[in-house]
Amino acid sequence: MDVLLDNLSLFREGFFGTLKLTGASAIVAVVVGVIIAGFRVSPVPPLRIFGTLWVTLLRNTPLTLLFLVAFFIVPKVFFPDLDSFLLATLACGFYTSAFVAEAVRSGINTVPLGQAEAARAIGFTFTQTMRLIVLPQATRTVVPPLSSIFIALTKNTAIAGAFDNVELFNVSKTLSNDGYDIAMIFLWITLAYLIITYAINGLFRLMEHRLEVAR
Amino acid sequence: MSANVLFDAPGPKARVRNIIYSVIGTAALLGGILWVVLRLSDQGEFDAELWDIFNYTGIQQNILDALIATLKVFALAGVFSLVFAVVLCVARLSVHKPVRWVAVAFIDLFRSIPLLITIFALWVGLFGSMTPFWALVIGLTIYNGCVQAEVLRAGINAVPKGQMEAAYALGLRKTQVMASVLFPQAIRSMLPTIISQLVVTLKDTSLGFMVLYPELLHSARLIANNTPVNGVYPFVQTVTVFGAIYIGLCLLLSSLATWLEKRGRRTKTGIAVAAAAEPAETPGVLDPSAPLGPSTEAETTAALPGVSPSDEVDKKD
Repeated sequence: MDVLLDNLSLFREGFFGTLKLTGASAIVAVVVGVIIAGFRVSPVPPLRIFGTLWVTLLRNTPLTLLFLVAFFIVPKVFFPDLDSFLLATLACGFYTSAFVAEAVRSGINTVPLGQAEAARAIGFTFTQTMRLIVLPQATRTVVPPLSSIFIALTKNTAIAGAFDNVELFNVSKTLSNDGYDIAMIFLWITLAYLIITYAINGLFRLMEHRLEVAR
Repeated sequence: MSANVLFDAPGPKARVRNIIYSVIGTAALLGGILWVVLRLSDQGEFDAELWDIFNYTGIQQNILDALIATLKVFALAGVFSLVFAVVLCVARLSVHKPVRWVAVAFIDLFRSIPLLITIFALWVGLFGSMTPFWALVIGLTIYNGCVQAEVLRAGINAVPKGQMEAAYALGLRKTQVMASVLFPQAIRSMLPTIISQLVVTLKDTSLGFMVLYPELLHSARLIANNTPVNGVYPFVQTVTVFGAIYIGLCLLLSSLATWLEKRGRRTKTGIAVAAAAEPAETPGVLDPSAPLGPSTEAETTAALPGVSPSDEVDKKD
């Protein structure tokens, strides 16, 4: 109990650090993921190849490796002294974008055939078909896997703690160095993660419920 | 399946436009890559001396040692997690309520904690002192065991009920039904997913980086720190080489999963083979109403034809 009460502000900082990282990376992941999914079904071959490459490569890359690339190579390509939060967000976001792209693509697959055919029949272009007809309907089937992806993302942000970011793993490291009992730290950190993961789960259940329309 | 349903078969105008987009897209992509390469070469990252370090026998030995260290953790954790998964899965499906509850609680708990924190806690000494190696192996075993247990359970749920009923009717005992009827079919149908999760296990061995276990990425960093060439630390070079090794290993294993999934679709056992994708992470257990197992078949048959980015585009009506 002492661990929590003595270091309440540190725990709070870590908790919000994890939330902030998760939120920022989730936004990056969804934006990039939807674009890549669009690439993968687009009429332009190089874009399709690029999309496939992106997904295959990122899904088979350990996140730690992406962090190494982000912290040792990216600053050399752009400019040194990039913010560690920004780099961690990029690493987590790009990694997760591959999973989002896969979820969106299989969501697109579940939209009934007639919808896209009807859209084409009234003269919609590819972008119009995707934007107005297919993607809105795909949302419904994409929501449940997205919740699972974001929970995985929440857990993955722990790696950022080893790269100069203040979040829950970082807090547990600091406290363990301060000599507190690891079992108690572990307990409280676990509780914090449970709160976040169950919140995401609940949020998406709610969303799923609202999007549920009889077809 | 005719042409792609998302867009019309390109006419002359569209074909020209697609070619223009193709050229612009390719140019942008190549331009981006070129820019990165130029930026790096501006900073002298492509100087021969920096890459020459991989010709040293010492460094080559280091790479080999790191590769073996990674594979050792992966092999042990893979085997242990599968054994542990079978135990957990049997407990999860037990007819005794307390056993079931304990299994559910254990699985849910360890699936929602980041693996890194489990490994770190084991390393620092949740159960007395532990070497990084065993902290890594045990952490990976616990986490992946929990996930694999859920995968196996989804597989067992996907076995038609008649199989179990028939086995009981023949007079087999519970253990016999599990061991000789349910598990073989569950494992067979879930094999692609099981192997995909093994890819995750392989990727997660890189968490050894954080507990100073000398696996591939940690060695990459050590080598970069210890072999300065003309005052430059070769981080770009080591990360590139070690990263390529890692990605190569993962690609090999996941293409095995994809191959198994494709092969499984052709068989006529009546049990659909699972997708070669990582299992879902949602807490509160995988929902049996939306199992990972047989969904692939439904997905592939109901899919929009032509969305698979392959051959359809060139065929026109």
